[in-house]
Amino acid sequence: MKVNEVPQDARDFRDGDKVKKLVYAVDKDGKYTGVNSAGWEAENTATRQAWDAVDEALAETEAKVKAGQLSPIAYYMQKCLMDKGLLAKYVGKWGWQVSRHMKPSVFNKLDRSLLEKYASVFNITVDELISFGK
Amino acid sequence: MSRVNFQHQQHAHCESGVTANLLRHEGLQQITEPLAFGIGAGLFFAHIPFIKVSGTPGTTFRSLPGSIFKRVTKSLDIDVHTQRFSTPDKAMAALDEVLDMGKPVGMLSSVYYLPYLPEAFRFHFNAHNLVAYGKENDAYNISDPVLEEVATILPEDLAKARFAKGTPEPKGFMYYVKNVPANLDLAGAIQKGIKKNCFLLLSPPLPWFGNNAIFLLAKKIRKYPQQLTERKAQLYLGNIIRMQEEIGTGGAGFRFLYAAFLQESSEILKRDDLKGFAQELTAIGDEWRNFAYSAARQMKARKTDLVSFDELGDMLQSIGTKEKDFFTRLNKLKW
Repeated sequence: MKVNEVPQDARDFRDGDKVKKLVYAVDKDGKYTGVNSAGWEAENTATRQAWDAVDEALAETEAKVKAGQLSPIAYYMQKCLMDKGLLAKYVGKWGWQVSRHMKPSVFNKLDRSLLEKYASVFNITVDELISFGK
Repeated sequence: MSRVNFQHQQHAHCESGVTANLLRHEGLQQITEPLAFGIGAGLFFAHIPFIKVSGTPGTTFRSLPGSIFKRVTKSLDIDVHTQRFSTPDKAMAALDEVLDMGKPVGMLSSVYYLPYLPEAFRFHFNAHNLVAYGKENDAYNISDPVLEEVATILPEDLAKARFAKGTPEPKGFMYYVKNVPANLDLAGAIQKGIKKNCFLLLSPPLPWFGNNAIFLLAKKIRKYPQQLTERKAQLYLGNIIRMQEEIGTGGAGFRFLYAAFLQESSEILKRDDLKGFAQELTAIGDEWRNFAYSAARQMKARKTDLVSFDELGDMLQSIGTKEKDFFTRLNKLKW
């Protein structure tokens, strides 16, 4: 890649344009030098797609929580870009336990201390957690 | 309240960047990022279909987190301290102690918990390196090598980033330079780094690691249309592109960074043959970029100029063959 080929396609989503990363490119004397890049279309497409996938899954889960099929834990887990395994590690439970907590009937009976644990992992209050979707 | 007079410099890759910045702070101005990357044998490739990261097969273009700093300091006989911790309290106390000694400290962190980064980059990626060089008004001064400017972070955020869960877990890992020797054997370290990197890429007898894994990925990609839903195939391709091009690769999955290393080495060692190798790797890097570009087009599936999955497989096959030949010849260099 030559210096004049370093892509400058703005990464204009989710504040991505705040960073102009450094890439290495060859100058006119054939020497490598660091050049700032605003972004590259190919990379932007891939990153945007990853975020779109998150948004789509989140919208589906939100609907399910509102319909009473899943507990708010399922929603906030995805909002925090986690999967069951990762969330289980954060709250110190097994994956199957977290799965149970995603059932509204089980969720409604969870004790306060566990709710607090979930809320702190999600960086929200217990009230925000239990009132979501209501 | 302490603050080290630290020269922040932006780099392409977090770990080689942190390594270069920490060593330059100790007066080793000759250590550039490409040199740190090459001496640290930072180039790698792995594709492990059965390890899923956020639902997509694990793909990486870099070596294990922490290995660049370790190899560079070992090769150059630099005295360092590295430590992991059992609790955030201990890890933060130890950080403060070293900062009070006037030493900048390198750390592993999860980008998800770094509020100063744009949201676009903040996925659960746990192997990001940064430097803390001071603490003022209850916030840490941070030199994050992928940023143009320095940043600050609150202690509770930094603690979360240092103790993120998942794979790998940083466990508060921190490192700093204790002493540097009067004389550096830069030439010896460069040779060792090249040997090591050739070994890492060429020797693994398993299909998932090193050069072999490029052919594995080529084979897998050809089967995506038959084996995956369209949506899944797109996500898998997207993940490969992101690993290859997203923040901190220097472009083309670190190939340009490594070529820059070979070029600098040719000058330090006064060897023209290394310059030739650098040019060759630049051309291979351009092929990687072409692959990413075509994969992105396939992902968007514009019907007009559709690149087939078979063609993507062909591109990788060609890259894999060229890299195999390239590193085999590089490995045979007489010093």
